[in-house]
Amino acid sequence: MGNVLVYVENSETGVAPIAFELLGAARRLAAGLGGEVEALVAAGATAELAPALGAADVILRMEHPALSPYLPEAHVAALTEAIRSRDPQVVLVGNTSAGIDVAAGAAAATQRPLVAYCTGLAVDGEAVVAHSQVYGGKLVATTRTEGPGVFTVVAGAFPGAEGQSGGKAAEATLAAPATLGSLHTRFIAATAPSGGIDIGRADRLVSVGRGIGGPENLELAQELAAALGAELGASRPVVDSGWLPKARQVGKSGMTVKPKLYVAVGISGAPEHLEGMREAELILAVNSDANAPIFEVAHFGSTCDLFDLLPALTERLQAS
Amino acid sequence: MHIAVVVKQVPDLVEELEVDAAGTGLDRAWVKMKLNEFDDHALEQAVLLKEAGGAQVSVVALDGEGIDQVLYAAVARGADRALKVDAGTQEPLDSRRAATALAGAIRDLGPDLVLTGVQAADDLFGQMAPFLAAELGWPHVSVVSQVEVAGAAVRVQQEYAGGRMATLEVDLPAVIGVQAAPQPPRYVPVSRLRQAMASGALETATAGAGAGTGGAAVTQLAKPEAGRGAEMLTGSPDQVAEKIEALLRERGLLRG
Repeated sequence: MGNVLVYVENSETGVAPIAFELLGAARRLAAGLGGEVEALVAAGATAELAPALGAADVILRMEHPALSPYLPEAHVAALTEAIRSRDPQVVLVGNTSAGIDVAAGAAAATQRPLVAYCTGLAVDGEAVVAHSQVYGGKLVATTRTEGPGVFTVVAGAFPGAEGQSGGKAAEATLAAPATLGSLHTRFIAATAPSGGIDIGRADRLVSVGRGIGGPENLELAQELAAALGAELGASRPVVDSGWLPKARQVGKSGMTVKPKLYVAVGISGAPEHLEGMREAELILAVNSDANAPIFEVAHFGSTCDLFDLLPALTERLQAS
Repeated sequence: MHIAVVVKQVPDLVEELEVDAAGTGLDRAWVKMKLNEFDDHALEQAVLLKEAGGAQVSVVALDGEGIDQVLYAAVARGADRALKVDAGTQEPLDSRRAATALAGAIRDLGPDLVLTGVQAADDLFGQMAPFLAAELGWPHVSVVSQVEVAGAAVRVQQEYAGGRMATLEVDLPAVIGVQAAPQPPRYVPVSRLRQAMASGALETATAGAGAGTGGAAVTQLAKPEAGRGAEMLTGSPDQVAEKIEALLRERGLLRG
């Protein structure tokens, strides 16, 4: 009998949405393993967070001032402590910024294997079979984990609804590890997104990726955006290259958007990007690589050279 | 301040990727390799720190095909030393095994700060930075977009979903997983690269013993199953533009 432990990411705004997706996935795994779902909520104060976690069988509350605001070192120690004391077979952590810190750190400390980027999880006998997106989403790896393991799960891979339902879970208090009193990491300040533009509010977006080639070509996308009445967005490589400001980044470490229209130009569609825009109502993708993962989530696509298609489309829209 | 930058090569995702005959790994015969883009940013961040306040920068990589070129390019970019660690194989190691293999050499090098890319396209079994931190017993922060020295610590910007960020202070020595440097990685003129190669100053070290944790094994590597997929619009650019315009008109999405 193996239990499933869910690491509940949280911030001053409450329980992170990914936690409900993990709880939903955990319910199915626990059913297959004949075990229970335990939810670890580690924070400065957990009383207001715990009630949301009714989909778990047991809520493990760990409180310490060093656990809020989030510090990687503190949360690695918290999850490590929970794994050691509860000995679950499966540990689920979101593949978020915090998840990258916490999952690998706790897996190393507890000598458990880690399987990252999971989009599918199933029980086969006593093993866990996972599907993971690798190579920018171009390939899917299937792994089999016999015995205990830690899995990081991509946001959006499991529906959050199953993890939000549920009744009243039992609660237990876990003592915070003593190391939280002598950390080598300190919280200095939170920073809000800057740049004066909130692309999350735009109902039409034209987003550019690496395929645009260079900043000198951004004008083509800007003109199309203007003709559509859209805001300009970007994938991470474009922002990291300094071609557009961070405030315009769509995806995992940028904004999650849900516009009526999303035009993806020269974006291959790495999982981190898809995470931020797959819920858009109409997705139109232009990419010369017919195998680009963006076409998996797009409703309509074209492999036309963007340097030909964009001016043609802009001209047509301006005339109409 | 001594900064070690850990780098590796990954398959160039712009190229077509093929699975090997066993169906569990990449067919590496035709794969074009390139420096992991996040490691590229980690190197840029290190060089920026060197320029800002003076630092010695050592670039470290596991030995493997084409790695000399990567190390020379890092020297040309501003690294002072380049260290190639021999793990007894030319095959790429997963990041956990790589962290175990590199930890001893890094400890011997004795840096104050280790910077490496936040992730890599092939790190199925987890990311290098947190594993390396665990091996070294040092604090760690990943998904970092800015590093500044603050006495015996560094101040880093960690990024979260929704564009939120926090500034954290981490005592040295520490390991940082770099998402992006404050400015894009600089271009290396070929003349500088030739100069670095002519100097020929690659140091070597032997990897420490030890292996990663077993228990998880790849049973299949495959292209994703075709999902619902996009309806492809075909024709000349003009014809495709016409179809798109019609689609947008139907849905009331033309600029009103």
